[in-house]
Amino acid sequence: MTALPTRRQEDWRYSDLEALREVWPQDIATTRALSVAAGESARLDDTLTGSDWHNETVTIDLGAGATLDGIIVQARDSLAVTTQHYRISLGAGARCTLHVLATGSRFGRIAIDVEMGEASDFNLGGVMIGGGAQTLEIVTHVVHAQPRATSRQVVRSVAGDTATTSYLGKVGVARSAQKTDSAQSAKALLLTRTATANLKPELEIFADDVKCAHGASVGALDANALFYLQSRGLDPAAARALLTRSFLAAAFADLDDEAAERLTDAAIAALGTNQ
Amino acid sequence: MLEIRDLHATVDGKAILNGLTLSIGDGEVHAIMGPNGAGKSTLSYVLAGRAGYEVTSGSVTLAGQDLLALDAHERAAAGLFLGLQYPVEIPGVSNLMFLRTALNAQRRMRGEAEASGAEFMKLIKAEAEAFGLSMDMLKRPVNVGFSGGEKKRNEMVQMAVLAPKMAVLDETDSGLDIDALRVVADGINRLRAPDRSTLLITHYQRLLDYVVPDRIHVLVAGRIVRSGGPELALELERDGYVDIAA
Repeated sequence: MTALPTRRQEDWRYSDLEALREVWPQDIATTRALSVAAGESARLDDTLTGSDWHNETVTIDLGAGATLDGIIVQARDSLAVTTQHYRISLGAGARCTLHVLATGSRFGRIAIDVEMGEASDFNLGGVMIGGGAQTLEIVTHVVHAQPRATSRQVVRSVAGDTATTSYLGKVGVARSAQKTDSAQSAKALLLTRTATANLKPELEIFADDVKCAHGASVGALDANALFYLQSRGLDPAAARALLTRSFLAAAFADLDDEAAERLTDAAIAALGTNQ
Repeated sequence: MLEIRDLHATVDGKAILNGLTLSIGDGEVHAIMGPNGAGKSTLSYVLAGRAGYEVTSGSVTLAGQDLLALDAHERAAAGLFLGLQYPVEIPGVSNLMFLRTALNAQRRMRGEAEASGAEFMKLIKAEAEAFGLSMDMLKRPVNVGFSGGEKKRNEMVQMAVLAPKMAVLDETDSGLDIDALRVVADGINRLRAPDRSTLLITHYQRLLDYVVPDRIHVLVAGRIVRSGGPELALELERDGYVDIAA
């Protein structure tokens, strides 16, 4: 990213552009490239901490049949501004799975663009935990240009205080991308009346033999479930934490148990300090 | 064990319990029967301390302790268990984790030592087997994908592990086939103890064929209108609630 975005750009519509403008003169866009050769597999572990402006573009190239498992944790200082942009290209039969946990930054954006190769597979499990006046967003653009590729996105966000969490997920299916199978599930939990959640799954389909599912819902913790847990002896805070854990579970469902527990614990801990 | 005196309660400003008085001795099993809308579920929620169920007057004590002064989770630690008519599903949280969290939360509040992993597993394995739920099911998320009968069995496993002084079972028999009903009834009978009392809230006499209560009470319009021994259930079955209430 080299030019200051404006509100007119749909994928920056809910961003904290004021925060971005403040740091903009110090523009120090960095880039990183990762490529995985055909048939190889690799891991990505991006843990972002610190407080200065972080504006990075990461280019990821997967050869035919390559696999990448990545975990991205954005746990930066509460005053930081963070814009991460992942540009992913998947070769034929390649598989990329990303799990994202965003808890830090005044304005924290993780944008992910994916170009799907033939019969490739992309999975995203994302969680955002926003408190204070934070603005957190996950913005994805998945392009199915080849046939028989599959993409799954599951995003869960929790917003308290006056925080804003947004998921904008655009899936494009080209005329040539027959037998595409794509799904998006986005859910947001609002802890206060002053918090905001934006969920915007978006489909643009030009092929005629495809499956594209999407769902979005915004709500509060279920009073019935809260009572159930309390009637078993959990105090209100423990009951809320357990139900929030339950709410987040789908985003980390395909991770191994240990990693899922580590990310969920970090999310619940952030819930305690962010609110 | 449980003393309810002249209890009045409202839900959304509407009076549902209108001077309910009930005394359950140590180790006794009582049943409350009544028509739809009599206040049966309201009574169970009021006892368990659910938000929105407001007590306007009266008193409830559990083993001498003022129950109404406690929050829902404190009532659980004090020894009250409510078996729900519609147990809740909690995706992403295993039955094992949930129940161990609950057990240890109660023990901490009572100043007792927490159950170790091994102690807990031993406890739950025995109860799971007794109520016909496999350990594989208990590793799965709470009640997710469970049939109606399995959810009720799961409530009973929870009750057995949490070992309450006073169990209130709200329509535990509804939605059970005859085999599940027997399993649940056997469990209630097995858990009968001199220091544990049970209140069965039920619509039908069917459960009382298997669990013979010490006393039966008829709840109509938020008050106990009649009490008697086990034979009262048969009378109700024969004559219905209308004649009893009259």
